[in-house]
Amino acid sequence: MNHLSFPRRLLAVALAGGLSSLSGLAGAADTIKIGVAGPMTGGYAAFGEQFWRGASQAAEDINAAGGIGGKQIELVKGDDACEPKQATAVANRLLDQDKVAAVVGHFCSSSTIPASEVYADAGVLVITPGSTNPKVTERGLPTMFRMCGRDDQQGPLAADFIVNELKAKKIAVVHDKDTYGQGIADAMRDRLKELQADDRVVLYEGLTRGEKDFNALVTKIKAADADTVYFGGLYNEAGPLLRQLREQGLKVNFLSGDGSLDPAIVTTAGGPQFVEGAYMTSVREARNIPTSQDVVRKMKEAGFDPAGFTLYAYASLEAIAASMNGAKTGDGMKLAEWLKSHTVSTVLGPKSWDSKGDLKETSFSLFIWGADGNYKEMQ
Amino acid sequence: MDWHILAQQLVNGLTLGSIYGLIAIGYTMVYGIVGMINFAHGDVYMVSAYLTAICLAVLFSFGIDSLPFALLATLATTLLITAAYGWTIERIAYRPLRGAPRLAPLISAIGMSLVLQNGVQLSQGAKTQGVPSLIPATLRLGEGNDFVQITLVQLMIIVVSLASMAMLTWLIQRTSLGRQCRATQQDRRMAAILGINTDRIISTVFVIGAAMAAIAGVLVTLNYGSFDFYIGFVTGIKAFTAAVLGGIGSLPGAMLGGLILGLSEALFSGMVNTDYKDVFAFSLLVLVLIFRPTGLLGKPEVEKV
Repeated sequence: MNHLSFPRRLLAVALAGGLSSLSGLAGAADTIKIGVAGPMTGGYAAFGEQFWRGASQAAEDINAAGGIGGKQIELVKGDDACEPKQATAVANRLLDQDKVAAVVGHFCSSSTIPASEVYADAGVLVITPGSTNPKVTERGLPTMFRMCGRDDQQGPLAADFIVNELKAKKIAVVHDKDTYGQGIADAMRDRLKELQADDRVVLYEGLTRGEKDFNALVTKIKAADADTVYFGGLYNEAGPLLRQLREQGLKVNFLSGDGSLDPAIVTTAGGPQFVEGAYMTSVREARNIPTSQDVVRKMKEAGFDPAGFTLYAYASLEAIAASMNGAKTGDGMKLAEWLKSHTVSTVLGPKSWDSKGDLKETSFSLFIWGADGNYKEMQ
Repeated sequence: MDWHILAQQLVNGLTLGSIYGLIAIGYTMVYGIVGMINFAHGDVYMVSAYLTAICLAVLFSFGIDSLPFALLATLATTLLITAAYGWTIERIAYRPLRGAPRLAPLISAIGMSLVLQNGVQLSQGAKTQGVPSLIPATLRLGEGNDFVQITLVQLMIIVVSLASMAMLTWLIQRTSLGRQCRATQQDRRMAAILGINTDRIISTVFVIGAAMAAIAGVLVTLNYGSFDFYIGFVTGIKAFTAAVLGGIGSLPGAMLGGLILGLSEALFSGMVNTDYKDVFAFSLLVLVLIFRPTGLLGKPEVEKV
């Protein structure tokens, strides 16, 4: 640069310095990458979108408030399509290629379980907003957390309701042979055993995910003379099952879990007249909690109704950010220790975790579908 | 088991089997003429389900409230566009590979299937789509809670499948086009020397197969109401199994295979267990193939010397 005169050289240095500090703000080195993994495509993409929208809103709000220790959060999307094999591939990609510091995800328990082994090997913190199978936290992985309850809390709630409120005499239990679906159906049945009502189970069978024709099963339920059907599975199968039950003239009570509680079930069933009166258990309706009102309003204004797991994804990212701010490190093991010994205030209220990574307090609620195709929380 | 439960399971099985049979016709015709398995066929059926929903939505948004007219218009439009899909797929994915080894068009078919699936996923979204229940009419036989029922749509599925099968059999056996098809099947080069435009015949067969898939797509959408970009896979595998079971290359065989598959699924899941219905259906396939390697109605392959 000896062809530049001194003042010019000074200017060049100043400019270069200014540029580098600017690029420091936006560049890769000074952001914290966090993965958001779930079914972004495939039949269960509605849940993936809830994850992504919730986490994106949280990142925006945290970044606006100064980020994590001054660094901005950058989210990286990971699509597992609820396929266990793809889930491990996505986990490896997030770690090796994107070098994420923590992960919000996954959704289907059958994806979260294999993927969490990959994260655990790398010592990276994972919080799932929606995987409720007990095995997710029962394998002693130190960095695995959840922002939701467990099926062995959700299934029993349905069982209590079936026995005490509906006073069912003959119960048909159907599941989708998946980790989540069969897990929650088994948890429900185990609780029936505790209530000494397991002799009321007249049918226990699994259907195949991806199929649409459950007429043979419905006729079998009719032959068994069941008055209540419990389904462990997701809305893609719950909708057609419900429709075919009603079409064959069965006026049975229908109960299911959080995997079916999505507005999309009205579409998969072919109209609100088929879902009317169905009961479903799910995590508490997060949109009604006082602490979430600001975020709900903001997201609705942006044109997205934060239903289902949206706010759980939001809270998961908040917990990750809080642990990074609190422990002042990116090391997953230290973050996990911090989370297990502190209470984090999130959009869902204060949350704290036990030594397994389960929430210390969780509450499931019962919901009922109305004739208008909307569901509401039962008191 | 009560009579009405058994009869209901037969209705369930017949409906399911007719759907398999209708789609199996596409597999079997293409195999009969070209000797290749068109793995994209299930996805053509999936495309027709989307077309049905789009057509219905468009018609209703124009304020057409006569249901029979809307359904006929939907069927016609879906049939036309799906047939165009069938023709185009053959033109771009299979015709350039006419002289290639047998494996090449098979791989091309799998590629086409992926293109269709992902294309629909990207353009229509990954969410499950649906149409509201349009024809609630149901025939019921019996009293109180002991009745057998068949919905109008189920009846339509069974009747249309049998009619399509009969019509196509007549077409192949009795018409000039059918004679050309059979000649192309027996010896493509000789048929060409005798003045048959074999490329046109093969295109026609693909169009007919796609049209059958379109009919299935419309009826299935009306019956079950919901579909996604992935339905072609599950149904396609089952329909292909039906075609093999009945004897691939044989039209009545496709229908027979479909009905046997549907009935065995329904009866097994009704009497034994739903978890293992596919295991049962495929075990049946293995057994049939052990004793009749060319399927139930398939002609034994004569080695050409």
